Amino acid sequence: MKITTRMRQGVTVLEPKGKITIGEGDVALREAVHEAMNAGAKHMLINLQDTTTIDSSGIGELVAAYTTVTNRGGDLKLLNLPPKVHDILQITQLVTVFEVFENEDEAIDSFGL
Amino acid sequence: MAVDTPSVHLAIESRIENIDLVQVVVEESLKRLSLDDDSSQRVGIAVREAVANAIRHGNLEDPEKRVDVDFAVENDEVVITVQDQGEGFDPTKVRDPIAEENLLRPHGRGILFMRSFMDSIEYSFQPGEGTRVTLRKRLNQTEADTAESQEETR
Repeated sequence: MKITTRMRQGVTVLEPKGKITIGEGDVALREAVHEAMNAGAKHMLINLQDTTTIDSSGIGELVAAYTTVTNRGGDLKLLNLPPKVHDILQITQLVTVFEVFENEDEAIDSFGL
Repeated sequence: MAVDTPSVHLAIESRIENIDLVQVVVEESLKRLSLDDDSSQRVGIAVREAVANAIRHGNLEDPEKRVDVDFAVENDEVVITVQDQGEGFDPTKVRDPIAEENLLRPHGRGILFMRSFMDSIEYSFQPGEGTRVTLRKRLNQTEADTAESQEETR
């Protein structure tokens, strides 16, 4: 799994490509989030458009990232959920936790920066 | 159902990197049956969760300990069993991951995934003799059946 990071209007946009699964993508996602926070990022948007598979460890990492960022006074939102990832957020009831967007402009505006 | 139904046995060392291998074998085996791609992937994820639990929580990632995976077709059902060599695991002690107070816990969703993606899962364990989880999925299932099954798990 590969993650690219870019900045847009004060929001750090993380774009994982591939699998967010135990022992591989989950670790990469954790490292990317921590790296962004160490660089001072408080507002994060994770674009899951190119995420092919996510398992319970991957979901756990998304939750851990959400908790870490919000505990530091920031916010973390999700963008472009593939149908399978959306199903999993429904099953796990995490749709009630994450703010989810289908349009990047709207997502970026929602941070109100 | 396919005429030539596969039966597969895998014995793996308890290493996280072996989880992908099991998922690939299961999904490839399912391609030979009349399960659609989405259902096959869901079964693959469920098996992945069972194997991950066996490696991490059952065998505590001790590579000397084995995880056995059996894949078979019985009476229009895919039946997959995952057996570890750990101390025995009682699934009733797992917190409900969709209870509001547990939503932000990073762990504990594996069984929920399995229940959501399979028609049934069954645990059996004896302290000191490892844990066996049996996952079942009907073949020739309609989308309505799948939706109903998922609704029942919620």
